[in-house]
Amino acid sequence: MLTIDGVALSFEAGQTIMEAATAAGVYLPHLCHHPEFKPHGSCKLCTVKVNGRFASACTLPAAEGQEVLSETLELRQLRVRITQMLFVEGNHFCPGCEQSGDCKLQATAYALGMLDSHFPHFFPARRVDASHPDILLDLDRCILCELCVRASRDMDGKSVFGIAGRGMESHLVVDAESGALVDTVIEVSDRAVKICPVGAILIKRTAYEKPIGQRLYDHHPIQAVLLQADQGGGSCDQ
Amino acid sequence: MLCEIVDHHGGEATSLLQVLIDVQMRFRCVPAGVMTFLAEILHLPRTQIQAVVEFYSFLSVTSTGRFDVRFSDSVTDQLLGSRDLATRLCQRLGVKLGETRADDAVSVHLTSCTGLSDQGPAALVNGQVLTRLDGDRIVQMADFIDQEIDLDAWPKAWFRVEDQVQLEGLLLAEELPLGACLERAGTLDAVGIISEIDRSGLRGRGGAGFKTAVKWRFCYEGAEGTLPGDPSITRYVVCNADEGEPGTFKDRVLLSRNAHDVFEGMTVCARAIGALRGFLYLRGEYRYLLDTLLKVLEARRSRGLLGRNILGVEGFDFNIEIHLGAGAYICGEESALIESLEGKPGHPRNRPPYPVTCGYLGQPTVVNNVETFVAAARIMAFGADWFLSEGTAQSTGTKMLSVSGDCERPGIYEVPFGTPVSVVMHRCGADDPMGVQVGGPSGTFIGKAEFERILGFEDLSTGGSMMVFSQARDVVAIARGFTHFFAHESCGFCTPCRVGTSLLRQLIDKIAEGHGTPHDLVEMTQLAAIVKNASHCGLGQTAANPLMQTLERFPERYQERLKTTLFEPGFDLDGALEVSRQMTGRADANAHLTQVG
Repeated sequence: MLTIDGVALSFEAGQTIMEAATAAGVYLPHLCHHPEFKPHGSCKLCTVKVNGRFASACTLPAAEGQEVLSETLELRQLRVRITQMLFVEGNHFCPGCEQSGDCKLQATAYALGMLDSHFPHFFPARRVDASHPDILLDLDRCILCELCVRASRDMDGKSVFGIAGRGMESHLVVDAESGALVDTVIEVSDRAVKICPVGAILIKRTAYEKPIGQRLYDHHPIQAVLLQADQGGGSCDQ
Repeated sequence: MLCEIVDHHGGEATSLLQVLIDVQMRFRCVPAGVMTFLAEILHLPRTQIQAVVEFYSFLSVTSTGRFDVRFSDSVTDQLLGSRDLATRLCQRLGVKLGETRADDAVSVHLTSCTGLSDQGPAALVNGQVLTRLDGDRIVQMADFIDQEIDLDAWPKAWFRVEDQVQLEGLLLAEELPLGACLERAGTLDAVGIISEIDRSGLRGRGGAGFKTAVKWRFCYEGAEGTLPGDPSITRYVVCNADEGEPGTFKDRVLLSRNAHDVFEGMTVCARAIGALRGFLYLRGEYRYLLDTLLKVLEARRSRGLLGRNILGVEGFDFNIEIHLGAGAYICGEESALIESLEGKPGHPRNRPPYPVTCGYLGQPTVVNNVETFVAAARIMAFGADWFLSEGTAQSTGTKMLSVSGDCERPGIYEVPFGTPVSVVMHRCGADDPMGVQVGGPSGTFIGKAEFERILGFEDLSTGGSMMVFSQARDVVAIARGFTHFFAHESCGFCTPCRVGTSLLRQLIDKIAEGHGTPHDLVEMTQLAAIVKNASHCGLGQTAANPLMQTLERFPERYQERLKTTLFEPGFDLDGALEVSRQMTGRADANAHLTQVG
């Protein structure tokens, strides 16, 4: 048994704290974690305190007697700040974004009570790749979660996507000398196309099939959606 | 030509970085077409090739010119006027910093500390090192470059690197007879070797100070469920010679004058854990040592000290390869180093598991610092008691320090652990310093009041870097320089470090340039805590140290920079309008200040 915010829950050998929490119906905010992949540990939204030390719940193995803190003032503030870092790092204009209402970054921000971006915006020059007839890449919105990288490599067997560069210059690249998505072997049916949690990878001509106000997170908080999906109630890929 | 380079490195996917380093050296870039070709020939996704080229500072998609010049931009270099020299060289050559001249003759860049802090200002030219640069040499350099004169014809004195050993101790004083430690190790079994290292109390000399014997034992024992010394498991020995912490150059000196000791120590470790292969991960900035090191390895092979049946002991097989780094501080972190050895960008791994159970190619791997292996070799040769004769109970033996900055005698000082900083200051001729950066920017900045603190894991732990700053220096500028360093070197994997280090840089720039307010100091402190607490590895966890530690010790230096208003914009409004003023032909800077209504 381990405790999360004083509540005891059991876990299976080999599970991470995130997996144990999810199975027990405890929501830990996350963006790069996905139950169908190995633990990734890059977004750091799931940061918790385990026996007094900071850790990523998605990568730390659950262990007997762990005292995990999640809903403390300090950790809630930390998660808001990390989300704000993501917002100012890219160009996230929710009012004009196709993904609005279906976006995990936006929904997480709402769930965390984020009211502004706090930090100065970087306004980076990010590219839009509309070369493919059916798929749009708008890297303004990429949060470098690497879900598309992993999906393309591990599920589609293709390695269409990768992250190149270092530090703040990290950016999504595709498997083509031209750099254009149309020159890769990507297909609309690929898992990598649907797995993006934000509006960076979009299927063309589908964005407004569901009107604003009738999208997933317009009616369900992300806590509930992710718990249901991660517990095996079905994928919540877009 | 490309096929030759690939074949030379064995054709394995793990050799990708080594191949790219050679391509870069030969062609001054790794163009898109070459990336596509290498992806096919190495059976790797093209995205991985691109990821590696764009991750490492010394690799480039576009040409860096016939002469690839990189000025060491460590804070100590900056204090010696390195940036001014770089500017002057750019002016004389007619090239912008960070760009390649139109005729492809030259490019000039700044690069992180090159490990020559005691003989700066330093620079790299096509991978070779230049020390003690000055205005005259810059003028001549520009001429050589414009006249396309090969490096071979440049004055030899410019390339001279001195060991500058100022104080010898247990490791440096005596010369180890070749093979002496191996002869002893050959008579012991794994448990025996590890016992002796354990008794000596040796702790890692790279900065973290993990007990060496414990690391070797964990590796020997392997992952849960495997038998100790199980011969079906492949184990590896890796020597971390990435030495990227600014102001650290003691490994450079050890590799220069004690290379045999380093390799002997690695071989002892191999004997202990049952490894057949070892790697020396040599930072790209020390590439100039490569040929000599390869010759040392060859000499050891010919004397039966490396290779098959070492010292005639049947089955004692071990070989060492040298892998170069390519300009990435994060590759000094052991799991990022292993990623780099595997031909990938240096992103630190999730831990647990640790390299001792799951390291290179997922196999149990010992990663130790250069100095740790030298110490291990000597402990085997002279015994644990010899090592215990110096140091403290918690920090046995000696520590090699690399001292630089405002002092009369920069260089290498090997002191017993437990030595107060003041003793080192006295020895190196530092007259009334304002502060010392102990252990580099990821370590501790101490002021005068703390000079009686002792060097050791129980107080001031350090990988060896000691940068001394006089009273005349601007502590805010020093902290700013270090903050820029971390932002530049962040690998980018995790949000708090990737974005946080850049936010910290923006904040300290704002304060240093006189636009800061008390609110900005509060902001900086809160941001620092987030970066420290949520980061994935030691880089992010220590990135805010320079700011927080100097703020704590010299609060007045920050206070006096602040404006008295509550809020100041973080950018120069008038400056931001300069481009549009030029475009519209206006000459009314600051006009908004006189506007009425």
